[in-house]
Amino acid sequence: MKKDIILAGVGGQGILTIATLLGHAALARGWQLKQAEVHGMSQRGGDVQSHLRLSDSPIHSDLITMGKADMILSVEPMEALRYLPYLAADGWIIANSKPFKNIPNYPDEEAIYAEIKAIKNHKLFDADAIAEEIKARRSMNIVVLGAAITELGFGYEEIANSIQAIFKSKGESIVEANIRALEAGMKIK
Amino acid sequence: MEKLMLLGDEALAQGALDAGVSGFYGYPGTPSTEIIEYVQKSRQAIEAGVHRTWSSNEKTATESAIGMSYAGKRAIVTMKHVGLNVAADPFMNSAMTGANGGLIITVADDPSMHSSQNEQDSRYFGHFSMMPVLEPSNQQECYDMAFYGFELSEKYQMPVMIRLTTRLSHSRSGVSRRNPLPQNELKLPKDPVQYVLLPAIARRKYKKLIELQKDFMAESLASPFNEYMLEAPDTSKGIITTGLGYNYLREVYRDTPIPHPVIKVCQYPPPIAKIHEMYDKCDSLYILEEGMPVLEEMLKGGNFKGTKPIHGRLDGTLSREGELNPNKVAKALGLPDSYGKDIPEIVAGRPPALCVGCPHADSYLALNEAMKDYEKGHVFSDIGCYTLGFLPPYSAINSCVDMGASITMAKGAADSGLFPAVAVIGDSTFTHSGITGLLDCLYDKSNVVIVILDNSTTGMTGGQDYTAFGKLEKICAGLGVEPEHIRTFVPFKKNFDEMVQIFREEIAYEGVSVVIPIRECVQTLKRKHKQEAK
Repeated sequence: MKKDIILAGVGGQGILTIATLLGHAALARGWQLKQAEVHGMSQRGGDVQSHLRLSDSPIHSDLITMGKADMILSVEPMEALRYLPYLAADGWIIANSKPFKNIPNYPDEEAIYAEIKAIKNHKLFDADAIAEEIKARRSMNIVVLGAAITELGFGYEEIANSIQAIFKSKGESIVEANIRALEAGMKIK
Repeated sequence: MEKLMLLGDEALAQGALDAGVSGFYGYPGTPSTEIIEYVQKSRQAIEAGVHRTWSSNEKTATESAIGMSYAGKRAIVTMKHVGLNVAADPFMNSAMTGANGGLIITVADDPSMHSSQNEQDSRYFGHFSMMPVLEPSNQQECYDMAFYGFELSEKYQMPVMIRLTTRLSHSRSGVSRRNPLPQNELKLPKDPVQYVLLPAIARRKYKKLIELQKDFMAESLASPFNEYMLEAPDTSKGIITTGLGYNYLREVYRDTPIPHPVIKVCQYPPPIAKIHEMYDKCDSLYILEEGMPVLEEMLKGGNFKGTKPIHGRLDGTLSREGELNPNKVAKALGLPDSYGKDIPEIVAGRPPALCVGCPHADSYLALNEAMKDYEKGHVFSDIGCYTLGFLPPYSAINSCVDMGASITMAKGAADSGLFPAVAVIGDSTFTHSGITGLLDCLYDKSNVVIVILDNSTTGMTGGQDYTAFGKLEKICAGLGVEPEHIRTFVPFKKNFDEMVQIFREEIAYEGVSVVIPIRECVQTLKRKHKQEAK
């Protein structure tokens, strides 16, 4: 069993937190992981991605092979499309529909949504609005994660335990907000 | 023992700590920065009193590490590949002096230039210096090679290079620890002239270094990190991997055994005898290197007299530039490749940008206003966040070459008659390599305006401190800049007119001016506020 996931977004949107939570849950199962991150120049508001590889058997490459990713999990809609060369034919796109516009030539949103909807397996939703609704404004990334976990074969308990473990030091209210975000994300069809 | 989830950088740092290192030296640079950042946060390092503060640049860092080794203790110096250019003098000569306490020189290369101005391969430098080079292929090897590297270094009294690349430095995986070793005691070199490279002694030392090559070769052949899988059914190809290349090779064959003989090289000099064995056995060789064709050139350069083809980056089997990945490896070996869908045309590039509220942005807007009276092409810049001022809407700078080059390029241009000649350099970069350039300007009374953007941190690499923090004005005055031409302001929009006025006055002054906009980086400020709120 292996899961190859491209995490995508813009520097500062919290994709590494998603990676940490999924990684924690995988390790709790006794799985192995490799997680290639982007540090340095691109973190300054540029496009960022992380290759997250989870498997119950040894993992060789730190990078995912193009055409083999099980999922593109993106906290920003246009960034989801940037990694299409990696997505397997039956792979999933799970994407926040709320654009992050820090460039003057950001494309038409409807055109982006059409491209995402052209992928057979997709979920597209406004994670920012959902996070706002449940009063967990800063947990948009966890809403997106929540929408992905069933397709990745993880259960609610596993991720909830990871949230407990990873956010414990930040206080009970932050743990609760993230649990709410996870639950809200899981309801997205 | 416990298993830790570590970046390649962090695994090396933890390995060195457990292997009894007494000091880390270095200057931040992607992708090497996380080595020392990890140590700075490590309770183990703090309790053991391990040296872990940043140095002014890679040269001073390397020399300090050589000094610690001289005193008998284990030392490690860290830098990015272009940092080794700065440290080339002590690096090359450290192979001549040799080491006393174990000495590891760690260089993190950046093939594909994720965050760098070139993709030079430090293995060339390793080969050039004639010291052994280790190149881990995974996080566990990063950890283990710290132990092995110090052992090898102390066995032969010779520094050892560890070469990392971006994808290992910045990728996380599980690492098993070993029982920690104690640090060395202070102990001066047995040979009192070991570190005296006067020509007569240096000639002797060079002979010794040449003699050692056969020992280094024997060590490579027997290295636990080099693997020789020569028994395989299909000898139409023999495959040699270096560093990360091995993982990609394993990846493309997935769960099936590799049908060809394979040599995994992670220690240099390359194990030539084994490669000969493979060459004799196989119809052709394929070289999969993460980086430049270092090994391929060595083999084609005379090690093999035969006519069998050797494929790699030189003959286009693999692209000449850029990092490896599983797809490139599959294509090179003639295996089925895979690909998802093309990136839709509507996807726009999203280059990195100055942060919202960045002080550099305000400085650039004011500088642009003051430079409006002149044609474009007069602003020399440097390596740091402010290099992003090249991009719209600022389009404020015309060069980015190497650390410190803004000042000296402006000087050279001013010497040739270009007016105005403006240099824009960060506070940490000025500390690293700008001070000597400023001295050159003062010596010649060159007509330059040097703008030192003081955001009180080393911003691009994530906010490290630096050695001249809080001393910039005094340094400039001490070097001899006239006090009335050291101008400071706080770069805020509300101060726009004042800033433009200061730039204009200093451009008009014929001589060396230093303008220092001072306002803290918004990222470090945010972090401080978070800390205080806790």
